Amino acid sequence: MRILIKNGRVIDPSQEIDSNLDILIEEGCITQLDNNIDPLGMDEVIDANGLLVTPGLIDIHVHLRDPGYEYKEDIVTGTRCAAAGGFTSLACMPNTNPVNDNKALTAYMINKGNTEGSANVYPICTITKSQKGKSLVEMGDLKQAGCVGFSDDGLNVDCGEVLRRAMEYASGFDMPIITHAEDEAIKAGGVMNEGRVSTELGLVGNTWVAEAVTISRDLMLAEITGVRLHVCHISTRRAVELIREAKKKGVRVTCEVTPHHFTLTEEAVRGYDVNAKMGPPLRTADDIAAMKEGLADGTIDAIATDHAPHHIDDKNVEFSVAANGLVGMETALPLTLRLVEEGILTLSEAIHCLTAKPAQALNIPRGTLKVGVPADIAIIDPDLQWTVDTNKLHSKAHNTPFQGCKMVGAAMLTLRDGKTTFERS
Amino acid sequence: MKFAHKHIIGTQQLSKEDIELILETAESFKEINQREIKKVPTLRGKTIVNLFYENSTRTRTSFELAGKRMSADTINISASGSSVTKGETLEDTAKNIEAMDADVIIMRHSCSGAPDYLAKRLTTCSVINAGDGFHEHPSQALLDLMTIKEHKGKIEGLTVAIIGDIARSRVARSDLHALKTMGATVRLAGPATMLPPGLEEMGAEVYTDINKAIKDADVVIMLRIQMEREGGNTLMPTLREYAQFFALNTENIKLAKADAIVMHPGPLNRGVEISSYVADGNQNVILDQVENGVAIRMALLYLLAGGTDAE
Repeated sequence: MRILIKNGRVIDPSQEIDSNLDILIEEGCITQLDNNIDPLGMDEVIDANGLLVTPGLIDIHVHLRDPGYEYKEDIVTGTRCAAAGGFTSLACMPNTNPVNDNKALTAYMINKGNTEGSANVYPICTITKSQKGKSLVEMGDLKQAGCVGFSDDGLNVDCGEVLRRAMEYASGFDMPIITHAEDEAIKAGGVMNEGRVSTELGLVGNTWVAEAVTISRDLMLAEITGVRLHVCHISTRRAVELIREAKKKGVRVTCEVTPHHFTLTEEAVRGYDVNAKMGPPLRTADDIAAMKEGLADGTIDAIATDHAPHHIDDKNVEFSVAANGLVGMETALPLTLRLVEEGILTLSEAIHCLTAKPAQALNIPRGTLKVGVPADIAIIDPDLQWTVDTNKLHSKAHNTPFQGCKMVGAAMLTLRDGKTTFERS
Repeated sequence: MKFAHKHIIGTQQLSKEDIELILETAESFKEINQREIKKVPTLRGKTIVNLFYENSTRTRTSFELAGKRMSADTINISASGSSVTKGETLEDTAKNIEAMDADVIIMRHSCSGAPDYLAKRLTTCSVINAGDGFHEHPSQALLDLMTIKEHKGKIEGLTVAIIGDIARSRVARSDLHALKTMGATVRLAGPATMLPPGLEEMGAEVYTDINKAIKDADVVIMLRIQMEREGGNTLMPTLREYAQFFALNTENIKLAKADAIVMHPGPLNRGVEISSYVADGNQNVILDQVENGVAIRMALLYLLAGGTDAE
């Protein structure tokens, strides 16, 4: 099987490529990247004229809900949603039921992604057994099973000693510790950002300090242990400042921001919109400015969605008891392209934050168009205008604060291992 | 003038004209409550449901009396907990009540935003918020305004001090919005643990020294302290210390204007946020508030359910 992608603008930040090139795919792998490859004898020729051709996008923070919460999402629908957003590889969080703290579940997820799914699934396992914050999972064994990092996900590891030992042990296997930084005690049951809006709405606030305090601790523990630390979905100015400073000191830290945290403020919660309820919460305009500064100067490595599908029954309740999160994989690309439009990132930098940089953070061997690698490719129309309609998204869930919003840019064709996983009709 | 709202969720949504209309309507209804036969046929045939997810005696009774004095059929439903713990969702409960052709649902709920949630999902029924979480308690604020206006002849230009747990008070928020809309100066005071961020931006003056808040005030509103919150919580060391620094007593009330009035939404914690000498003193108008509460609730029910212009 020989496929030729012709006339596209190829953007591959891993090789610092941004030029009009053709890509030849043979038996699922990229075998040639050149000007004017002869289409003669091809099984298929894809005309990418006017389109961007990039490595398949990589989302290192998703919740696929499988096993245990298949009524919200499963690996088939979650990866289908990924493909529609241009993603070809996902790192999925372990808060399934049972939680992913073992080899069997890890293998199940990888296998289901490969056999039934539309994207590569790279499981993140818990740091502690049963996500209880007490004893460590079998990290070496899990690495061999294909796990790419350890995180107790939404549950912060409150005990500093447990986290320190986890970091030390993980560093010996060159595995990253991934943290959802939120001090539960300081958060004090907060359900939105603490500030004027929470006061007006009478909702319990979650101060920026809850995030910053935990990141401070985690950065120092990373410094002393030498572990690779990846900080999830940062949302506050102080988080950016702390990580910027730690990087200068040589701490091995990476971090991500979600599209919603660089797009929406706490104002979105007004009217008690449960679709604007997130953990960490949507913050202020100043925090958004800090996210953009962090992306522009490279402090923030990756854009990740924290795709968190929820059934309507988990969302359609009183605000304070509604589930956190949104479905994010189909809106991530256009929201990232807005940063290019605003002049925050170049197109190449934007693609970098969605491909090679997140791949590097978790040592995922994807996110490049180098000759010889599996052909994971997104073909993107950066000018396609569309309107978000939750009924047309590919997730089982419909929870998004972007319903009805105008978007520019979308994946037109997504290939994994040279096979089409999504084609926009 | 026609009332433009289908629901009463908060005073934040009410304009000066709305508030004036409610107060005028309530003033005209107050006389009914002083008659020997306290009943008019205004809302005959209307069905009003008190849907209370939190305990309440005063507010529920007041709404119930208001409905009955207007000849509406009123029923009370006491529920407990949120939809999550209760098993049936709030939406289902409300739609069931609506399906029985209720005209108004009066709702109290521990979750901020619950009445707003309900109002967005009902098609014919009106919703009155009788207190939601820490958000709003509009009928309380309106009865406060009515009481202030009765005693002071006006609201505009007055200085009103509200003292207590502002962070967890829906009364404070509703009073703040309504008083600001009517042109009063609002001072909010309490221990710093009970003062949430953003109050200045919302138009209030904020004090941790209640003497400064009381100084030259025309009206002092004391908020109820949740006794059950003491112990195992960090908002204040002890009720004893709270009473020492944050209660209204015979000394600090002298800092207010000589003709200042003292208000409290009830129920009183005598000896905690207010000394009995002040609560029973000649400046207190606390029972006037209760009396006006019925009139205000009659006015709200009339404005929402009594409008028969189209018929």
